[in-house]
Amino acid sequence: MNYIPVTELEKEEMLKEIGINSIDELFRDIPEELRFKGELKLPKGLSEYETRKALIKMAAKNTDMNQLANYMGAGAYNHYVPTLVDHLLSRSEFYTAYTPYQPEISQGTLQSIYEFQTIVCELFGMDVSNASVYDGATAVAEAMVMACDKKKTEIILSKGLHKEYSETVETYANGMGFTVKYAELEDGITPVEAFEAQATDATAAYVVMYPNFFGCIEDIQKIADAAHARKALLIVSVSDLSAMGILEAPGNLGADIVCGDGMPFAGPLSFSGPSIGLIATTDKLIRKLPGRIVGITEDLEGKRAFVLTMQAREQHIRREKASSNICSNQALYALANNITLSTLGKYGLKEMAENTLTNAHYCRDKLLEIDGIEMLYDQPFYSEFALKLPIPARVLQKHLLKHEILGPVDMGIFDEELSNIGLFFVSEIRSKDDMDRLALAVEVIINEQRFI
Amino acid sequence: MSKDLFNQTEALIFDKSRPGHKAYFLPEMNIEKLDKNKVIPSHLIRKTEADLPEVSEIDVVRHFTHLSNKNFGVDTGFYPLGSCTMKYNPKLNENTARLPGFSWLHPYQPVETIQGALQLMYLTQLSLAEITGMDKVTLQPAAGAHGELAGIKIIKAYHDSKGDTKRTKIIVPDSAHGTNPATATMAGFQVIEIKSSSEGDIDLDALKAVVGDDTAGFMLTNPSTLGLFERNIKAIAEIIHGAGGLLYYDGANTNAIMGITRPGDMGFDVCHVNLHKTFATPHGGGGPGSGPVGVKEFLAKFLPIPTVEYVAYKDKYILNYDKPESIGRMKSFYGNFSVIVRAYTYIRALGADGLKMSSEYAVLNANYLKKLVGKHLAVEAPERFCMHEFICTPKNIHETGVHTLDIAKRMIDYGYHPPTIYFPLIVEEAMMIEPTETEGIETLKEFADVVAAIVNECRTDAEIVKTAPHTTYLRRLDEVKAAREPNLRYRRTVKA
Repeated sequence: MNYIPVTELEKEEMLKEIGINSIDELFRDIPEELRFKGELKLPKGLSEYETRKALIKMAAKNTDMNQLANYMGAGAYNHYVPTLVDHLLSRSEFYTAYTPYQPEISQGTLQSIYEFQTIVCELFGMDVSNASVYDGATAVAEAMVMACDKKKTEIILSKGLHKEYSETVETYANGMGFTVKYAELEDGITPVEAFEAQATDATAAYVVMYPNFFGCIEDIQKIADAAHARKALLIVSVSDLSAMGILEAPGNLGADIVCGDGMPFAGPLSFSGPSIGLIATTDKLIRKLPGRIVGITEDLEGKRAFVLTMQAREQHIRREKASSNICSNQALYALANNITLSTLGKYGLKEMAENTLTNAHYCRDKLLEIDGIEMLYDQPFYSEFALKLPIPARVLQKHLLKHEILGPVDMGIFDEELSNIGLFFVSEIRSKDDMDRLALAVEVIINEQRFI
Repeated sequence: MSKDLFNQTEALIFDKSRPGHKAYFLPEMNIEKLDKNKVIPSHLIRKTEADLPEVSEIDVVRHFTHLSNKNFGVDTGFYPLGSCTMKYNPKLNENTARLPGFSWLHPYQPVETIQGALQLMYLTQLSLAEITGMDKVTLQPAAGAHGELAGIKIIKAYHDSKGDTKRTKIIVPDSAHGTNPATATMAGFQVIEIKSSSEGDIDLDALKAVVGDDTAGFMLTNPSTLGLFERNIKAIAEIIHGAGGLLYYDGANTNAIMGITRPGDMGFDVCHVNLHKTFATPHGGGGPGSGPVGVKEFLAKFLPIPTVEYVAYKDKYILNYDKPESIGRMKSFYGNFSVIVRAYTYIRALGADGLKMSSEYAVLNANYLKKLVGKHLAVEAPERFCMHEFICTPKNIHETGVHTLDIAKRMIDYGYHPPTIYFPLIVEEAMMIEPTETEGIETLKEFADVVAAIVNECRTDAEIVKTAPHTTYLRRLDEVKAAREPNLRYRRTVKA
């Protein structure tokens, strides 16, 4: 099939107007030896019905989370997303538009981004947010670029930062001439001394995850004070965004740049993507903030209007002088975050976070009753906790699937030494029954495995 | 619908907040609520709630419906935004992306439970490799610019792997997309800009003058940003390869060439494509997109981790993290998966002949429209056939004092999204028009008639063009004010 609304007769009319006999003549600028001969080796096209069937068949080879009780997080957190979100996102005036270059006919996207920027500032306790970047990992990489300059070329990442985030930061740093160092964890959190042991005069920023990759809640105030004493910035990467309903906003604890990932509030996890990276900062650093930013102005009759602004920072103006090449944002997912957080509102987010906290602690306590299971770290946590298991996490995970349970994340995939560590994520959508069932299944599996 | 609804300012969602209103109902708890003060240190507990709105469900739905009414999308009307390939976004693709078997997957699920997802990614990789003439493809980059960065890093990794560290320069033509030089800078290269001829061709002598043993690579869009096929591509490839550099293909304009010619056959070593342009996935108001990168076999070992691979003897799809020479990771997880599902659906539905036909009709439509528009405005390279887009300017009506911006704004009054304006930078007052293959002849004729009408207005009543738009609820905006007095977020004013 195709989506071409031109008949043979119309094609003839067009060719005649151009003054040629065949479409092929239009390609005469392409040297003959570069013309592709034959047909691309792709499956034959299908009708719409057949295509849909083929895709349904392929999707059926996956086990989707709806069939399971999910306890996996580690950067992809499944919280409640209101039904209305997808309905509103599906309005094609939103999703079939492009970057709002023509503000007079793009006020929907622009106002949505302005509201999104406001929400991000509110969540993080910051002055200013951009219109979003690709995801939580690239948000930290962009924050590094903001923090570093010719003199300050080093950045120190807590070992409690998501490993894939650290890897992304390294990819960006390599080539820009920045050095990435690491501050080791001690009992699950990053002591100030671990940063200080690595810091030099060239240190641009400390980076810490909140709560961190093991679920532990870091004392970012202490780390902020230590960073500032060194004339370095504190970059905070918020892991599970819903934590902002209960944890103090990083901006109120001294953070200079706050990053996050809006996936939990965008819709289903979709195998991780698209996601949306949040990045907010202080008024002081506003000119360093990369990417699109929407501001308020007026039209020539004095009516309030929204427009892309501060574009002098961007690559289409500065070309090779731009510090970031990002020229888009995740506008549709910014809209989704705006809709979800407007729907939850001030008290919904708080309730979601408090329920999550309660559930996660209940679940942890139930699992700790099982013989052979211990906490990896005894630290305050929010929605995630790491447990030492008597069997490999991979094995537990495999057997839990038979009980229609997904999780925990096998920390062995990040570090072989952690193959007995399972990272459990629990949110407000898990019921007491779900968690009791999890504990029972874990106990049965561990007992079975011990006899093997 | 009443006219007023479209013509009034929509209050911010925050202004609609009224205490006590709510639009959410969370699952009821049957566990006693935990006292947060017992488990979180007091200074890390939030003191004041984030100031989010308190609204009812109907308020949320109406607010965002009203906002959607203030937007123009491809579904609203003709959107000939050059270089952006604003083709129709098939509704089927929206449905397949939302199949629970694709949308409700966690990235760390055991590999046995995600075989369908990995198969889809693998088949998309194969398809894109075939279409571009490359050997291996990664789907990880989240956008075109992100793909460029991955691609240029692969070029750097290649030279570094050979201990060839003196290659510090990337050559970029002055007609390039702004992201090209910015990307090369981000990857640690020095950018050497070379001039193009008036037809947008690369000046071979200028190129020869700058290449050397410090050349890491050359970035090129072909068809160029002027919508013309670079006829000297073979010679260019020889010059760059002869100097030991690699060729990077900016695939923004791939919609012109599917099944007709392939970057891999032209001599390019690395390329990206934009799924949100060529492969019909929606632009989403500016994203998310997806920018897969293809490479020739000798560069495959540098692709970002993880790669999606098929192990034939096990008949199993896997994620391979074991690539010691990889450039590393470009983002968390595996790429913009639901965008990839849409693109795969598109490729599967169209097949080889449908894709080729799309490119053929994209080029037919562009040349037809160029012919019609050329009767009223000056077109660049009038004697050549354009590819999927062309450039016109108001040079021929210079005396009217009307600028490209004015014409663009006046097009809005006639119900069209304006073309890309003031790009490429090498053409003064450029208007870059890309109709795409999903528009019919009537739309093209009507658009050309509107161009004629506007040109006529320029001659008879230029003021109406210079002060457009007139029919939108907003008139032209004061962009200087927005930059000078930044108001980038709402702050509630506390009533005394």
